[in-house]
Amino acid sequence: MSQAEVQARPRRSKLRSNEGKAGWIFVSPMLVILGLFLVLPILMAVWVSLLDWNTNDGDPFAGAGTFVGLDNYKNLLASEGLARQDFMTSIRNNAYYVLLVVPLQTALALLLASLINARRLKGRGLFRTAFFFPSITSSVAISIVFVFLFVGNGGVNKVLGWVGFSGPSWLTDPRGVFWILLDKVGLVDIDSPPGALAEHGVLGLSWWDWFAGPSVAMTAVMMLVIWTTSGTFMLMFVAAMQDIPEEIDEAALMDGAGGWQKFWYVTLPQLKPVLFLVLTLGLIATWQVFDQILIMTQGGPDKTTLSPAYLSYTASFTGQDWGGGAAISFVLFAIILTMALIQRWVMRDKDLPRKKRRGRTKPPPPAIPTRRDDKVAS
Amino acid sequence: MTQRSFTRVLLYTLIVMIAVVYIAPFVIQVATSVKTNPDATSNPLSLWPNPFSTEAFKTMFGYGDNDYVNFPLWFTNSTVVAVFVTVGRVFFDSLAGYALSRLQFVGRRFLFLAVLAVLSVPGVVLLIPKFLVLQYTGLYNTYGGMILPLIVDAAGIFIMKQFFDTIPYSIEEAARIDGAGVFRTFWSVVLPMTKPALLTLTILSFQGSWNEFTHMLVATEGPEHQTLTTGMAGLFSGAVGSAQQFPLKLAVAMVATIPVAIVFFVFQRRFVAGANAGSVKG
Repeated sequence: MSQAEVQARPRRSKLRSNEGKAGWIFVSPMLVILGLFLVLPILMAVWVSLLDWNTNDGDPFAGAGTFVGLDNYKNLLASEGLARQDFMTSIRNNAYYVLLVVPLQTALALLLASLINARRLKGRGLFRTAFFFPSITSSVAISIVFVFLFVGNGGVNKVLGWVGFSGPSWLTDPRGVFWILLDKVGLVDIDSPPGALAEHGVLGLSWWDWFAGPSVAMTAVMMLVIWTTSGTFMLMFVAAMQDIPEEIDEAALMDGAGGWQKFWYVTLPQLKPVLFLVLTLGLIATWQVFDQILIMTQGGPDKTTLSPAYLSYTASFTGQDWGGGAAISFVLFAIILTMALIQRWVMRDKDLPRKKRRGRTKPPPPAIPTRRDDKVAS
Repeated sequence: MTQRSFTRVLLYTLIVMIAVVYIAPFVIQVATSVKTNPDATSNPLSLWPNPFSTEAFKTMFGYGDNDYVNFPLWFTNSTVVAVFVTVGRVFFDSLAGYALSRLQFVGRRFLFLAVLAVLSVPGVVLLIPKFLVLQYTGLYNTYGGMILPLIVDAAGIFIMKQFFDTIPYSIEEAARIDGAGVFRTFWSVVLPMTKPALLTLTILSFQGSWNEFTHMLVATEGPEHQTLTTGMAGLFSGAVGSAQQFPLKLAVAMVATIPVAIVFFVFQRRFVAGANAGSVKG
């Protein structure tokens, strides 16, 4: 219950009697816009996902298109065919992307925050600006810069050349990273994959394809995203770190904890709520990767950077399969919701009692911090 | 060397190296924007253009021999969108945030839960739905279709509601006793007290709408309504896409970044606040 409610409840006087009408008038623009451009369109898309429809058929809400029931969903999940193969490929690509980007961006953000927060650091504001700036730029503009850096004869490979590596042709290399690693240690030959893996599979993809790992092209997209998002998450960690009472730090030092021990046993447990928030936001955002792929790789090479979001866009706008595209959106929606719920369950505070000895002196900050600005800006 | 100064050297080495990685792409971008095409391709890392060339900028502003980069139009469209969306969001989000925080009316709690539900809808899931509704309402490929759907945002409402919650009711009570109406009290008494939140919201809205890509992608087609983001994306298909004109592409991307960069450097504190308060934006 908000502060205002607590104060206002006993005074339900004549003074506030006209608030009912005003309340609805105040929220009416919100209702109209969110209703018209969010709730209504979702319902429309649910309907279209049950149709075989393209834009030349006419108005789908006046009977145009063919009603096909759940066929569009079946094509993605059950029936054999290109639709399922593409969708499963996109799921594979995105799953590897999530599995690598979320931990790496979180770890990097935590590292940056620790560095920024180091007591003896001078020029803190300058470094914070440098790390944060990429986060506020346009995803399209920054993707363009990264295409330039990652082309075959581009800057990244020049730098790798200085230290004696010859870099791959990043944006056009479809080889899975796991393949390359296994090939390097001599376990498999990338050009003639073991028959047992290549000839059998599930859901339209061979085991060899499922276990490919992210393609080289996808790793370039991943580097871009980790580089741009770490700054924002860094700020959230810095804010939380500054909320840790100084006594806890001092107590740990007095007890003789080293820097690493202190971080692991004292700082990190205190950061648990914000860590949870960062992981959740990361998970939700990474399942939606779209802009960077559209600019950098358009789903290629060999569909290895296809993501469900990008696939739903091309299926509809390029392929004119609007029912299929809409169905992909809703399956993606379900995936994101499920992942968020699973994560919530995994990270629930099951071990809270055990941690008491670590001295939780104050309740964890609210999941969505407000008015932190004055403390963060140093 | 004592251990203390050793860790200090280590700290600075590490942080400076990381900072270089974060800044280098922008520095390379600036340098490349004034290179010739062959120079950019063969010396992608050199910070010294050889020869210095303003060809990219001439092309952008229509003085080159190409006419597929209508930068002035893109810039104008982005500006129009950003101005209307920012003004709209600041006003409507405050109104709704105030009502949800303060006013007593039936359904308030339900509406707040609805706003939270809306917040949790992933953006890319809305690509096709948005196209469908814009087609249906005839707003497809119009400025109305580009602006109206963005003019209220749930995250902004949430930020404002949280802020109004921190302002004690006694302040507006005096105004109400003096006979001021609800809107009057909101407008002249409460709103002026939320200046920090309003500034944060203004900046977040400007940055968000200036950088908005996916909505513009599904709301428009053809050259007239291209904004900077859709215009830049178009550079990767068609005539320029195949001919790797990196100086041109990087110059457009650079100038497109400048307005947000200026706002960032002037109001950095607000961005920092926004990153924390606005973390509700999934």
